[in-house]
Amino acid sequence: MATVKFRIYRYDPDKDEKPYMEDVTVEREASDRKLLDILVKAKYQDDSIAFRRSCREGVCGSDAMNINGKNGLACLTDIDSLKQPIMLRPLPGLPVIRDLIVDMTQFFKQYHSIKPYLINNDHPPERERLQSPEEREELNGLYECIMCACCSTSCPSFWWNPDKFVGPAGLLAAYRFIADTRDQATSERLDDLEDPYRLFRCHSIMNCVDACPKGLNPTKAIGKIKDLMVRRLV
Amino acid sequence: MNQLAHPTIRKFDAIIVGAGGAGLRAAIQLSESGLKTAVISKVFPTRSHTVAAQGGVAASLGNSEEDSWQWHMYDTVKGSDWLGDQDAIEFMCRKANEVVVELEHYGMPFDRLENGKIYQRPFGGHMSNFGEKPVRRACAAADRTGHAMLHAMYQRNVRANTQFFVEWMALDLIRDIDGQVLGVTAMEMETGEVVIFQAKATLFATGGAGRIYYSSTNAFINTGDGLGMAARAGIPLEDMEFWQFHPTGVAGAGVLITEGVRGEGGILRNSTGERFMERYAPNAKDLASRDVVSRAMATEIKEGRGCGPDKDYLLLDLTHLDPKTIMQRLPGIREISLQFAGTDPIKESIPVVPTCHYMMGGIPTNYHGQVVVTKDGRHDAVVPGFYAAGECACASVHGANRLGTNSLLDLLVFGKSAGESMVSDIKAMPAAHKELPQDGSDLARSRLARLENQQSGANVHEVQLAMRRVMQDHCGVFRFPDMLAQGVTKILEVEKQVMVTEIRDKSQVFNTARLEALELDNLIEVAKATMVSAEARRESRGAQAREDFPDRDDANWLKHTLWHREGNRLDFKPVQMKPLSVDSIELKKRVY
Repeated sequence: MATVKFRIYRYDPDKDEKPYMEDVTVEREASDRKLLDILVKAKYQDDSIAFRRSCREGVCGSDAMNINGKNGLACLTDIDSLKQPIMLRPLPGLPVIRDLIVDMTQFFKQYHSIKPYLINNDHPPERERLQSPEEREELNGLYECIMCACCSTSCPSFWWNPDKFVGPAGLLAAYRFIADTRDQATSERLDDLEDPYRLFRCHSIMNCVDACPKGLNPTKAIGKIKDLMVRRLV
Repeated sequence: MNQLAHPTIRKFDAIIVGAGGAGLRAAIQLSESGLKTAVISKVFPTRSHTVAAQGGVAASLGNSEEDSWQWHMYDTVKGSDWLGDQDAIEFMCRKANEVVVELEHYGMPFDRLENGKIYQRPFGGHMSNFGEKPVRRACAAADRTGHAMLHAMYQRNVRANTQFFVEWMALDLIRDIDGQVLGVTAMEMETGEVVIFQAKATLFATGGAGRIYYSSTNAFINTGDGLGMAARAGIPLEDMEFWQFHPTGVAGAGVLITEGVRGEGGILRNSTGERFMERYAPNAKDLASRDVVSRAMATEIKEGRGCGPDKDYLLLDLTHLDPKTIMQRLPGIREISLQFAGTDPIKESIPVVPTCHYMMGGIPTNYHGQVVVTKDGRHDAVVPGFYAAGECACASVHGANRLGTNSLLDLLVFGKSAGESMVSDIKAMPAAHKELPQDGSDLARSRLARLENQQSGANVHEVQLAMRRVMQDHCGVFRFPDMLAQGVTKILEVEKQVMVTEIRDKSQVFNTARLEALELDNLIEVAKATMVSAEARRESRGAQAREDFPDRDDANWLKHTLWHREGNRLDFKPVQMKPLSVDSIELKKRVY
């Protein structure tokens, strides 16, 4: 049986004056494939290690963390791909509640700020609104976001201005509605983003693309929003 | 210790426990009606387990070929092995088009046909013309239907300004001396603070409890919290012996592979390469009902035709499909297969085994989402102030076996109808809240105090593992009389350990060890209900397959089981064979 070595960021404001890194060693069984499998085992040994997790298959977005310096989901990260000791820290740039659990309020606030819902003020028809397969295709790569925050918390612009810059996840969501032929609020959405901070703090650093565990491309979506802004000027 | 102090009281018209599909659908109804509503959830809403649903939601839209709600109703009754209540089934199938179209209007990104309508694919047990041949009824967004649906409903709730209490765990139900439900106690994870949420109407939409089994497609959070709370408050649990084992969980990992794979043309094969479902279900083949396919797979493995070095799994073959179909219709499955099976389904088959997936039973309700109990000889006495919808509820539309895509439909239809019932019931109530009982928070506080002070107790993880092993070994796809009898004894032994669990972490801040201990209190109620009900039902019907009673026994067992926590006892109630407006679907032998 092989062992897996970690260094885990620990902080419990109830008892710790300040955060510290703790060395943890866990016995690995053959069936342990993902980082989450082994992190769950670390918790069997020490029930005070705190982290979020739910679906364990990369669709709920709970177990995002900073793994060897890079943001990712524990449930989709192969143990074999990681250099040991595996350094586990909370997502950067957000306040830490405890251990690997961050306060995501600011992240969700930005998501909510883009009006993340379909706006269509026509009286709804009796049946579905029609959309061609090609029009629907435009939403691929946008609607699949799981709001894990790997992208926004890897973005230097979001670190500096989390209260003013919408961030890659929120902007991806904004473009998801702009790109939807059923949505009627494109102009209002563009007005809302035409701001030195909300959209234009994105400098195409592309950390978001690198960090996204679902293979989505927020930078590309942001580029399309910028294109639309230019196009409506001319 | 703030958790032991007298809790704060927060008043709402309505509270919803759980922010998955059913909870969010009900919340839309309540928020848009202007009532003061709180939604309490252990996780941020889009992390609820509805997000993991893949293949589709059933509705007889008829976008690709002729279909009707009567055919859908027939399939659902047959799928339920006639244990489903036909009034609730008619209600659900008739409402399907309406709720799916609403969802489209909310912005759900359904896949589309060339004519612009919602894309539909075939699914197990869904047939045209009363069981004749597979029909395209599953409305899909690629293989991420649950994700697309949950996000669309969360977004609609953002628009409706629904008030969420995120990362709060409901602890116990508050009932007064008349049995009326007046709210819940709940704990904020971040601070450990316990609060009473007082309400005129309380909806449980807490989802499933698949974590009672060792191998499950379910998320960590699926711990049957609503069922545990209901059982502790004296509400019986209905039809708990019926658990769905999904035919295609990834071998070893348990992660779900949608039936939509077979809907798109995927085939199950044994070690000889044979398409074995042709022998078990000559007409529907790989698209027979899930209980039928899972039993066939378990039989193939038992008879030595499993694959791999230990002959313990079967193969789901998609290699004959056009890679474009896989990339366009099943992209998530390809990802899951690469991640958890290490195989690319375009080139290689996926190793799969039947895996615990869905709880057909639950908190007994009528089709209005109101919780019902037996009182004065009637089986439909409404518990005032209490509602349940989605997987935690038993309406009962799934009976002894649920059809694929009927779960997403169930949570839409009954989330909405529960929300509507709550709105109208609240309007009929006095403006002031009914007075809370003095001891309203005692149960929750005593559970927390017990955990706080427990010494030399049992390890939560070890007890949970013991429970999951007992359930897996004693109450699986095939059930044996001696194993069930032993299972009852063993699960009651595990319960003794649950009563003395000990946690080392005593922090008030996001104490996940405490949460897991509290969840185990709920899981064990579900496990006991399951084992006792399965032991008692001496017949085979749907997902209950007894070696000693291989046939369905309508003379003695065409009835619902009701498990009561107090005394660990059972009673029964009749199946509603009379639909709302059409003729009853008469009993007959169930073949696919």
